[in-house]
Parts: sequence; structure tokens; C-alpha cells
Amino acid sequence: MRPFFAGARDTFPMLVGAAPFGVIFGALAVATGLPVWLTLGLSALVFGGSSQFVAVSLIGSGTAVPVIWLTTFVVNLRHALYSATLLPHARALSARWRWALAFWLTDETFAVVENRLRQHADVQDGARYWLGSSLAMYFNWQVWTVVGVLLGQSVPGLASLGLDFAMVATFAAIVAPQLRHRPTLFAALVAGVVALLARDLPYKLGLMLAASAGVVAGVVMEAWAAHTAPSPSATSKEPST
Amino acid sequence: MTGDLVWVLLGMVVVTYGIRLSFLVFGHGLAFPDWLERALRYVPAAVLTALIVPMALAPQGAVDLTWHNAYLPGSLVAAAVAFTTRHTLGAIVSGFVAYGLWRYFLA
Repeated sequence: MRPFFAGARDTFPMLVGAAPFGVIFGALAVATGLPVWLTLGLSALVFGGSSQFVAVSLIGSGTAVPVIWLTTFVVNLRHALYSATLLPHARALSARWRWALAFWLTDETFAVVENRLRQHADVQDGARYWLGSSLAMYFNWQVWTVVGVLLGQSVPGLASLGLDFAMVATFAAIVAPQLRHRPTLFAALVAGVVALLARDLPYKLGLMLAASAGVVAGVVMEAWAAHTAPSPSATSKEPST
Repeated sequence: MTGDLVWVLLGMVVVTYGIRLSFLVFGHGLAFPDWLERALRYVPAAVLTALIVPMALAPQGAVDLTWHNAYLPGSLVAAAVAFTTRHTLGAIVSGFVAYGLWRYFLA
């Protein structure tokens, strides 16, 4: 199979996973009062699910524009890590390829492509595989956003039916499985408590404050756990069977 | 307001594309510090929790732990189902059902 199509095919499970979020995003944005051009524009030009959801919430509560930008920066900063991780595989590509592939970089495409690029050496094949994954994710996201917008428009009372709850449920479902990891649980607890206490701060600054406190809490907890964990030499004293 | 929203969109595009371009296009001399990599792993959980906790516990602005608040049982059910099954979509639907039933019968 040609690399482009192989990339798209290997991304298929991610397409299925993203579909409901695209629909919820489109419907939620319209129900929150975002104009259709902005809803479609966010999906077409920002193309970053979490930041799009957060933007809907912030726009809906009348947040100042710079605070929305700052929140977007924090929420999407993890893409810099993907960008850095993929750079060794992209060094040999032309600037045009790198500008294009960077635009479509998402969690899903990173997960699919990084794995493949590590195992296959051919740079041009790798780039086509990467592009196939990228475009599959991109067009999938646009289609489901439009479906969500149409749904939101055809059911005018969607907000009063509790669509605003959709975001709470969606985020809770994304976060909950991560809480098995102790430092992440601690990060979430601290972020939640600070967010609740600081919810009346102007410009939604409580959100940034809570997120920062949570991240610091997680890092500190991780360092502390590593410090107190038994060292390998201590465990090796166990009698071997 | 529309002017503001244009700026919201443009700024988000610049910020997000800039982050994605960072290393791939401009990154030949950049290095990713280890502490930042570790910190970034906590960003999604911290940001998402910071967004939903006030919505679930204080949907009208004041903390509401009474039976009027259907957000709380709904989000607890969604979180519990996701925690035990790791099935995101099933968790969202379960949370919605709990929220809907609670609102219909209790709140």
C-alpha cells in the first residue's frame, strides 16, 4: 500500500474516537452562541480539540481576549513536545513539507506517526505517511464539526436541554482514567480546589492560577514519590526465587 | 463583539500554529528542557479539572451541594464510568443519562 493511504488507514481508530467530540464541539459552540463562521473557523484553522472546547467555554463566559490566547497557549503547549520529538525525522524534508506537516500536528497524528517513523527510515515515505494521517484527521474533524453545527441549529433548545453539561461530562470522562497515576490525581485535586476558590477572580484568571497550581503540585508529587521510592539496590536485596 | 471574535480566532491560530512550528521549522538550535517536558504531562488533567470543578459544584456561581444541582451527580457518574471502564464515549453517555434522570425526577 502506498504510504499516504497507509497513514490514513492506521489513523482510522483515531478518526472514530474523534468523531463524537467533533459533533459535541459543533453543537456546543452553536448552542453557546458562537457564530457559525467562528465555530467552523476554529476547527479549520486552529484544529486543536481541547483548545477549541476551552475557547467555547471562555467565549461563552465573556472572557477577555488575551486570557483566551494565554489559555490556548497553555493547553496547546504539549504540541511543542511533539514538534521536538518529530524533528529528527523531518530534518531532511523541505521547508514547505515541514510548514505543512506542522499545521496538522495533533495528539492523534503524533501517536500514529511517531511509532512508524521510528521503525522506517525512508524520509520521503515517512512524510507521505505523516501527511496521510494528518489529512485524514483534518477532514474527519471538519466533517463532524459541520454535523455538530447542523445538529445545534436544528435543535434550538439544545442549551436548555443540558448541552452545557456535555462539556463537563466530556472533560470528566477524559480526565478520570488519568487519575490512577498518583501525581496526576494530586495535580487534579489541587487544580480543582484552587479553581473553585478562585472562580470569582476577574478575566478567568482563576483558571490559569488553578492550572498552574495543579501542574506544580503534580511535578512536586512526582519528585517526592521518586525520592521516597525504594531504590533498585534496596529491592535487589529481596531473596530471589 | 464580532471584531473581538475575529481577534480571538486569529490569536488562537497564531499561538497554536506557532507552537506546532516551533521545533519542526525553527528548532534546529532549540532544546526541550526536561523539567518542562515533565510539567507538560500534568497540563491536560490540571486544565480540564480546573474547568469542570466550578461548573459541577457551583453551576450558578455559588457552591450548590443540594439536590437541585444535577451537574454534580452527572459528572460523578461520567468520571466513575470512565475510571472503571476507560470507555470515554460510554462514560459521557452514562453521565448524560444520570444528569437527565436527576433533572427530570429530582431537581
